Amino acid sequence: MKIVLQNLTKQFESRHKKGETVTAVNNLDIEIPDGKLIGLLGPSGCGKSTTLYMICGLEHPTSGKIFFGDDDVTELEPENRGVGLVFQNYALYPHLTVKQNILFPLQNLKGDQKMSKNEMLDRAQTAARLVQIDELMDRKPNELSGGQQQRVAIARALVKTPRVLLLDEPLSNLDARLRLQTREEIKRIQRETGVTTVFVTHDQEEAMSISDLIVVMKQGIMQQIGNPQEVYDNPQNLFVAKFLGTPPINVFSGKILGGRLYIGDDCIIDIPGEADRDVSVGIRPEGFIPDENGALRCRLKNIEVMGRDCSVILENDASQNPCIRAIIDSDISVKTENGIASFNIKKNKLFVFDASTEERIYF
Amino acid sequence: MDSKKSNKKAWLYLAPAIILLAIFSFYPLLNTFRMAFLNGYNGMEVVGGEKFTIGIQNFKTVVGNVDFKQYLKNTILLCVITVPISTTLALLIAVALNSIKAVQKVFQTVFFLPYVTNSIAIGMVFNAMFTQVRVGSLVQTYGIINNIIGVFGIEPINFVNSGSTWGANMFVVCFYIVWHALPFKILVLLGGLQNVNKQYYDAAKIDGTSKTRTFFKITVPLVSPMLAYVIITSFIGGFKEYSSIVGIFGETMGPAGSSGQMNTIVGYVYNMLPKSNLGNASAASLILFAIILVVTAINGYVSKKKVHY
Repeated sequence: MKIVLQNLTKQFESRHKKGETVTAVNNLDIEIPDGKLIGLLGPSGCGKSTTLYMICGLEHPTSGKIFFGDDDVTELEPENRGVGLVFQNYALYPHLTVKQNILFPLQNLKGDQKMSKNEMLDRAQTAARLVQIDELMDRKPNELSGGQQQRVAIARALVKTPRVLLLDEPLSNLDARLRLQTREEIKRIQRETGVTTVFVTHDQEEAMSISDLIVVMKQGIMQQIGNPQEVYDNPQNLFVAKFLGTPPINVFSGKILGGRLYIGDDCIIDIPGEADRDVSVGIRPEGFIPDENGALRCRLKNIEVMGRDCSVILENDASQNPCIRAIIDSDISVKTENGIASFNIKKNKLFVFDASTEERIYF
Repeated sequence: MDSKKSNKKAWLYLAPAIILLAIFSFYPLLNTFRMAFLNGYNGMEVVGGEKFTIGIQNFKTVVGNVDFKQYLKNTILLCVITVPISTTLALLIAVALNSIKAVQKVFQTVFFLPYVTNSIAIGMVFNAMFTQVRVGSLVQTYGIINNIIGVFGIEPINFVNSGSTWGANMFVVCFYIVWHALPFKILVLLGGLQNVNKQYYDAAKIDGTSKTRTFFKITVPLVSPMLAYVIITSFIGGFKEYSSIVGIFGETMGPAGSSGQMNTIVGYVYNMLPKSNLGNASAASLILFAIILVVTAINGYVSKKKVHY
């Protein structure tokens, strides 16, 4: 099911009479293709969860429309939208067993949709098998581990075969190892069911690793949408560049002067045809090539060996971060002269942004 | 630290509590047992230096007493009628209070007022509300309740005055107990409801759960620990009912002319004291204790099966 968000806006009234209204989601226009896994990504308070709640119908948009396929669902109650939602803390009913929890949505069905007991059990069993918890059906939620609870919540959301599956921070309550495993699992379940899935996260690694598309948001405004690699390789503004990637991108204050890009006194590359102005220069950690005659000169502070590659810690007066981190192959040695190391910069790992608008300057 | 020394210290710290408990709780408790099993015990030595014999004469007297049977029936009925009604009402009111946001605090206060009001005073007010003032056989004025039901064309009912029936009296007492029991129950249940994670309701909403099903399948199980607490304490309170009846009917424990009609087990115990029937009073207390013990045990057994902690 294709999901279209049209000029979606959500404002929250201030609790004080004279206070300002808060715009959580601002004029969001997104088209989510059918059968894909989409990650809504952004720092906390960027409106990603609010967007999710509007898609499922628990929050009502201030303005704008939501379409599932060609149906306008903006005014529909949650239960009529055909959505399944997995809550951040799973919200499994503690007094019901796993089986009863999964059956619960089916038992609510009325009229033509009403199922026989056996049909319901079949459906519950199928959903449980899909998430591999069919052996835990008689346990209570508090007898399950976090990861198992997560699976039950997904089974409960899927048992009604929803048109859209929504996951609110699905991995945030899991420990690091389980997180890796569960995110693969979510990807697999999504592939097997083919259900259009939207999930919310503030962890860029999580979003990049399993999403078909990521939507980066900041303060209620969409910054960029695209497949993860594309967004990483081609950030449209400084925020997106900073938000994606571990270790994070290195940002320098620089300037364009006479068609050349400078960081400090070092001329990095030629940018013909760009007007003179102050810029921010982002260089991905993997964009550094050690070269004795390299353009960018930095003070070498430390080299952290990590086996496969090593992480070079540098300092530069123009850097906006306290230290610069470059990732280079461990068999390449970094030569220094009076403690200064020189690097050439890979052009496709270097992004230039306007210093004031933070928008990307393409060259 | 040396464990003997620390033991001594522990006893020292506990001493004030233990001494007070021993004098005012343990000793009376044990003494009640002693008195109950001394035949005909009246607090004085038997004339002629005879000792009281040990036996179950007191229990026989109490159980064989016609009045006691009536009081026992009153007490049990009061519990059986008022506990379900007041608990159900309290739960409904708590759910309603929990779902409104605007004037919740105001209503919370209003519903809590009966709790801080003296029970004798409330009883007197109830009496005034249900009364009818007569001169000779002619009724002069009615209380507010008879005026209200008069609006619906119902004949005035003699609720509490001389000649009123046992059923009418029972109705008034139950009305009082339910009303008086509500605030505390509402408070406890509201606290329970406010602790229920809102996401359960969001999840139910997405699954299209009906209001009734949400109430019975989610709300009730999730506040069941509070419900169990409320039910157990109100059964215990119900079996000890006394002051409400004193409040409504005065010390006669019944309408004029049929005193004792509404009396309870605790009332019987009080009746025995001035007559120096300490043995009977103790026996009655122990019977009451046994009843409460059994009821609480049943409650505990049921809640083990039905309550979700």
